[in-house]
Amino acid sequence: MTEPTVTPLPQGLPLDAWHRAHNARMVAFAGYDMPVQYEGIIAEHLWTRSHAGLFDVSHMGQLLFHGPNLDRALETLLPGDLVSLKDGRLRYSMLLGEDGGIIDDLMATRRGEHFYLVVNGATKAGDIEQFAQRLPRACALDHMKQQALLALQGPEAAAALEALVPGVSALSFMQAGRFDWQAKPLWISRSGYTGEDGFEISVAARNVVALADALVADERVRPIGLGARDSLRLEAGLPLYGHDLDGATTPVMAGLTFAIGKRRRAEGGFAGALRILGEIENGPIVKRVGLAVEGRQPVREGARILDGEGIELGRITSGGHSPSLGRPIAMGYVASALAEPGNRLTIEQRGKIFAAEVTPMPFVPHRYHRQSGAPA
Amino acid sequence: MSLYFTGEHEWIRVEGDVATIGISDHAQQALGDIVFAQVPEQGRSVNKGDEAAVVESVKAASDVYAPIAGEVIEGNPALADDPALINRDPEGEGWFFKMTLLDASELDGLMDEAAYREWVKTL
Repeated sequence: MTEPTVTPLPQGLPLDAWHRAHNARMVAFAGYDMPVQYEGIIAEHLWTRSHAGLFDVSHMGQLLFHGPNLDRALETLLPGDLVSLKDGRLRYSMLLGEDGGIIDDLMATRRGEHFYLVVNGATKAGDIEQFAQRLPRACALDHMKQQALLALQGPEAAAALEALVPGVSALSFMQAGRFDWQAKPLWISRSGYTGEDGFEISVAARNVVALADALVADERVRPIGLGARDSLRLEAGLPLYGHDLDGATTPVMAGLTFAIGKRRRAEGGFAGALRILGEIENGPIVKRVGLAVEGRQPVREGARILDGEGIELGRITSGGHSPSLGRPIAMGYVASALAEPGNRLTIEQRGKIFAAEVTPMPFVPHRYHRQSGAPA
Repeated sequence: MSLYFTGEHEWIRVEGDVATIGISDHAQQALGDIVFAQVPEQGRSVNKGDEAAVVESVKAASDVYAPIAGEVIEGNPALADDPALINRDPEGEGWFFKMTLLDASELDGLMDEAAYREWVKTL
């Protein structure tokens, strides 16, 4: 007889009833009941690319760090240049293990004397443990469980949010600030996970229903589920932790070397620096690549990438139908020698062979709101 | 003409000794947006329960099983270029394949339409 496994019941997020009232199909994800779709993944995906989509990402971890010399302390675990990060600016970074493997990917914002990190929902408990164990004792973090997180993404996101929160459209990509809506404080960053212009809005859980209602009252805004969030980020070439990134993957293998600042490359001093700096210099053994798959049938996570002799070269880590392109796209890892765009590969899935070609990412161009001349 | 349903949400429309197979409206709703369908080749012999066709939505791949034994007469040629036809008209134009009906007794254990619609409400 096997031991009974105790699966904790999915927790409800602050917008749980709101999603159900908007006819969401709910699924368990990262320990929460989350909306996977409302009217349909393809329609929601295309709506976000042409108008504005509202995503509930309240499952993600919002962490506020306190303490002396936080930038230096966090730089021991994150390879990004945080010392030079200006107030109200954010950077994409990663929490690294001592072997240079990626424990999580995240957004880090300097917020006055604090740092505000948004980490993945499925990994937040482990991240908090890592920070507690590996940061100096004087550094403390507050897990902001009372805050919900919304994302508003798409070419009409700025106009729709500006109508509720005047001034917000002055933010440029990777900038953030404190705003008020009906005398309620919001922390808003111009960032997202779709490749579109857009915002992420941290709001007190008790106010999130009213804010979500106000946003979807604008005819340009529709609620979008996790299904379209996944297809949008795949088209944007953005990796998903637990699929395209894991503890055995380094930032260099994952093609995320841009997140390692120039000074950090020169100085090192972050977890796994020896290995990572060596990979930057000599090239990683394997690389994350984008793949255009021939035909109409999607290849998905776990499908095998083969050479002409049938030898396994790597695996697909994300794949699916691209609603914007109307064809299958995928990401996976292959030996660096085979990672050049244009290189042709064979993929095997459930006994069926597919032809694919290495393609630069993003598959669909990013349309971030960068101010000309502003530093990245 | 008689219409039957399986517990795997396939329908079988029997006209003489020809059976047309598809997936139910409930199944297409559960799958969501369908982006690919592969139907069996003409002349293929299938046993009851064999994987006969593949249907993939944005989210996942599913097999369609032969609900009865027989020989495939025709796969629906419209599905290759327009798999979303299965979402739009699952129990009509979005049929998957036609096959010969070898043994009519295999239909005995299947649900009729009223029983299937009632059962689906309980899921």
